[in-house]
This record gives sequence, C-alpha cells and structure tokens, in this order.
Amino acid sequence: MNSAALITMVLTQVTVISFTAYFFLRVLRTPPKDTDED
Amino acid sequence: MTAKKEAWGSRVGLILAMAGNAVGLGNFLRFPVQAVQNGGGAFIIPYLVCFVLMGIPLLLIEWSMGRYGGRYGNHSTPYILDTMAKGRWWKYAGVFGIFTNLAVAAYYCYIESWTMSYVFHSLTGTFSGMDQGQVAGFFTDYVDIGKSISGIPYEAVVFYIVCLVLNTWILSNGISGVEKVAKIGMPLLILFGVFLAIRGLTLGTSGATEAHPTASAWDGLNFLWTPQYDSLTNPKVWMAAAGQIFFTLSVGMGTIHCYAAYIRSKDDVALNGVSAGFMNEFVEVVLGSLIVIPIAAGYLGIEWVEANAGFGMAFQTMPYLFQQWGPLLALLAGLFWFGLLFFAGITSSLAMGTPWMGFMRDEFNWNRRKGALSFGLMVLVLGLPTVVFYNYGVFDEYDYWAGTVSLVVFALLEAILFAWVFGIDKGWREINLGADIRLPLVFKYIIKWVTPFLLLFVFLGSLITPKGNEWSVQVANLFQGRGWELDNSSIIRTLTNESIKAEIAYLDDPSTLGTLQTEAETIREVREQSTDLKEQARLAVQYDKKLSRIAQVSDPAYRQTLEKKLVFIPLARLLLLGLFVGLSLLVHKAYRIRSKKEKMTS
Repeated sequence: MNSAALITMVLTQVTVISFTAYFFLRVLRTPPKDTDED
Repeated sequence: MTAKKEAWGSRVGLILAMAGNAVGLGNFLRFPVQAVQNGGGAFIIPYLVCFVLMGIPLLLIEWSMGRYGGRYGNHSTPYILDTMAKGRWWKYAGVFGIFTNLAVAAYYCYIESWTMSYVFHSLTGTFSGMDQGQVAGFFTDYVDIGKSISGIPYEAVVFYIVCLVLNTWILSNGISGVEKVAKIGMPLLILFGVFLAIRGLTLGTSGATEAHPTASAWDGLNFLWTPQYDSLTNPKVWMAAAGQIFFTLSVGMGTIHCYAAYIRSKDDVALNGVSAGFMNEFVEVVLGSLIVIPIAAGYLGIEWVEANAGFGMAFQTMPYLFQQWGPLLALLAGLFWFGLLFFAGITSSLAMGTPWMGFMRDEFNWNRRKGALSFGLMVLVLGLPTVVFYNYGVFDEYDYWAGTVSLVVFALLEAILFAWVFGIDKGWREINLGADIRLPLVFKYIIKWVTPFLLLFVFLGSLITPKGNEWSVQVANLFQGRGWELDNSSIIRTLTNESIKAEIAYLDDPSTLGTLQTEAETIREVREQSTDLKEQARLAVQYDKKLSRIAQVSDPAYRQTLEKKLVFIPLARLLLLGLFVGLSLLVHKAYRIRSKKEKMTS
C-alpha cells in the first residue's frame, strides 16, 4: 500500500472511529432525564 | 390521538434502531463503488464535507421534526408537517414520507430475500466448486423466476414471501419488536463486518493466481484511498458525494421522523441524532471500504474491479471469492457476508413499515396487528411486479422514482419548511430543547442557508444532468449559445425512456456489430503486444467485456427485453403514481375526520 493511501485511510478511519466512540460514550454516560411524562 | 402511547424501551435501543434504519446494503455496496468511480481517496473529502453540511443538518431537522410531531400525537410525516406549518397543502407534501417507504419496501424486501436465500445456499454448500461464471449465472437464474435452481419451485418468490412474513410479524409487535431486532442485529452486523474487514486488510497478494497474476488487495486499498486532488474541482464528484451522504443516512424518507415521534417531548435529539449518524459512518467508511473492493481486487485484480464495480458484485462475485478460502472459511464468510447484508436490510425494512402503521393508528385507530398486516399485504402487491418482471426494469424503476428522486424532493421540501416556514429561530430552539450536547451555532446558519441550497443543487443536478456528466463542457456550451445537452440519465430524459430508445437504435444500426468486433480485435492485438502484466490484465478485462457486449447485441432476446421494458416501465410508474394518489386521498380523508372532530369539540 502506498504511503499517501495509507495516511488518508488511517486519518479518515481514526477520525470516524473517534467521533463515533465519543458520541456513543456520551450517550451511555448521560443519565436519563426525570420526566413525569409517559 | 393514540389510545396508549408507544415508546422506546431504552436510549441505546433507539440509537441502534436509528443506526439500523440508516445502515443498509448501500453502506457495503454503494459507498465503495461510488468512491471507486469518483476519484478514490479524493472522494472522501467531498463526502465528509457533505456529511457535515447536509447529513448532520438533515438528521437534526428530521429528529426534531419527529419529536415535535410526536408531542401532538402525530407519528407520520403528513401530520407532522401539518403541525409545523399553517399552509393546508404541507400535509400532502408529507405523503412522500409514507409513499417512499411503501414503494421502497416493495423492492428492498426482495433484495433482503436474496440475502436470506444466499445465507441458506452458503450453509448448504451450493456455491462449492462453482467457478466465477457459474456463481454469476446462479444469480441470473435466481432472478429469472421461471427457472428452478435448487429444487425449490419459484424460489425467488418463496424467499420474498418468507421475508415479508418475517417483517410483518416483527412489525406487529410494534416499536419494541423493532428495538429488539436492532439490539441483536446491529452488534452482529458489526461483528461480521469486522471479521470480513480484517480479511480484506490482511489478504495482500495471497489471492493471486495464474489467471489473475497481478491480483492484490493492496491495489484495491490504494485505489480507494490514494488522494487525487484534481477531482476535487469536478462537480460530478461533489454531486456523487452529496448523493451518497443522502442515501446512506436514509434522510428524506420519513422513517427518522416516525422513530423520533416515539421519544418523550423533552428527550435529547441532538446527541442521539449525531451519534446514530456517526454509527452509520463507522459502518460505511470503516467497514464498507475494507470488504468488497480489497477482497475482489485481491483475487481478480484491480483492473477487473474498475471495470465491474457495481451492486451485483455482492451476489455475483463474493460467493466465488469466499470459495478460495477453503470449505470452512467459505461457509463462515458466506454466512457472515450475507448475514451482515440481511441484518443491514431488515433493520431498514422494518423502519419502512412504521410510518404507515403510525399514520393508520393516529388517524383511523388501527391496532399494530392490523397496521402490520396491511403493510405486508401492500408491500406484497406492490412488490410482486418487481419480482416477476425484474428483468423488464420494474425493480429499477421503483428504485429510481421512489428510492432516489422522491427522497431528494421530500428532503428539499422539509428543509425549506423547517428553516423558512417553521422558522430557523424556532427550529434551532426545538433542536436544542433537552439537548445533551452543545451544538455549534454555525449549524443554525448551515441549516438555514447551506443545506437547502445543497439539496437544490442535488435536485437540479439530477433533473438536468449534462451529457456525459461533463458539467464544465455544458456550462461552456451554454455561454457560447450552444445550449445544454442533457444526459440520458437526467430525470427529464429518464421520463421519456431515452436510454432504452438509444439502445434500441444502437442495436438497429447495421454497423454496430462490425464496430464492436473490430474494437475487440484491436484490444486483443494490443494486449498480445503488451509486455506489462498490469496492462495485459486491464486489456484482458476490456476484451472480456467487449465479448460479452457482442454476445448481448447479437442475442435477439435482448432486443425483445428492451421492447418489453418500454411497456412495463410506464406501467410501473402508473402503479407508483396510483399509490401516491391513493395515499393523498387517505390523508384527505383523515383531514376531514379531524375537521369534523374539531367542529364537534368546539
């Protein structure tokens, strides 16, 4: 694999994985809201 | 309006269901092909830019519209739109949000049934010992329902009905049934995808054979990821990137509105929407790019991939490639690949059932069972023509009008409604109500100015696609007073079936066959003189394609198929139009019932 392709692939995939993990972890860590609605 | 309010069981379940709705077969098949056809590594830049400027804004718009409508007891787009605007006609624009789902489910369930059938055939070893041509032929015979390939009569129809029954049964359990499937299906999909992606990453040159001596998975990865910055200035690449973002996120369908209508009125939509969107991107960019293209290039060479990249690879090529891994791994890979596609499919097709069920429950008090059964029956009636007349263009016609054009039209309408009719200030407050993340203010302006114009650009680009997709050439022609020549793929020329007529004219031209034979001969001669192995491989692929074209052109059945297409395609359009009109009448009936109730209460 050439270095330009490798750098593009790694940068893109690391960015996408990081954002996905960050937002999903925030979802998991945010406590549920207390509402009287149901 | 509903007697008992349905709701999501958990936040993770909601996000997995939303991500499952977005993750479809296109993540694994359409994305890599689009990337290959649009400059490889350079495609990713416009793709990610469009994700930020169009994808995330549309997700935020649809999530908040859905929650807003749900607050007033509306779970489908006609009355979600109606609650947001004063104009009486907006509810009819909302018909798109039910129409698209019914029409797309009709043919999408057919693809889903292929994946189910291919899981069965992978497990029973049907593809064992088959060569590439036989595997491709298996698919051709499968969709030709007159032929029985494995002893099961009308196999394609049987699997289609099994698939529909399964969807109907899950839907009859309501939102909780959809949530359960997403909670099982999405983790399995990711697990299967990771297994195949690792194989794609580690295949290297081990798949090279005497027939394909230059085959290398690295070439596939190089081709996908090497940046070609000159293509960044090409409007065609930007159009393709915007289109891909659009379809991968399942925006403009009405399913996100419906799912979001079942969340509580002050629950977050900002973090949920962005999280589900990124989960889809993970499946597409990380897993989708590491499976089909590198594995196919690893066994057949990048030259073959460049010439043949398309949707059919999933069914016509992958089973053959898996056979090269030995019996056990071939079985596992077949199970994982088609299982992955099946879960990607079913989590999307289930989403397509919910707007219809929500609408009938809100307006006519239909229970879940009745809603699910009626959905299954309508999809069966609409879908059987795509199964029976698959070879006559009915399937593609549904995909084009319902699965492509309608999405863009509806997304454009809802973006205008949200930012300009409902009002961006009110809309921005709605997005941020109960938000668990702080969205950058710049998104407010992107939603108001950039997203609608990008959508308009995508719509106009499809409406008046220039010949050969050469935008700069046609713009120059326009300024020089030479007019604008449309491509046969533009919406305008598709309406008049220009590409089929052009193909028939091409067949009728007496010089066609001779020209093709001369071209094939020239390619063969150049190939024989070439000493470069890669060049030889590229020319060999071109030569094979030319021979296939000669065989197609010489076959009288091909011309008959084209003539039949000219009959069946308008009929398919009439069916779709009838569906839209029928749904509009139903919305009108619901409006009259609502008006009557309002008068009685006041």
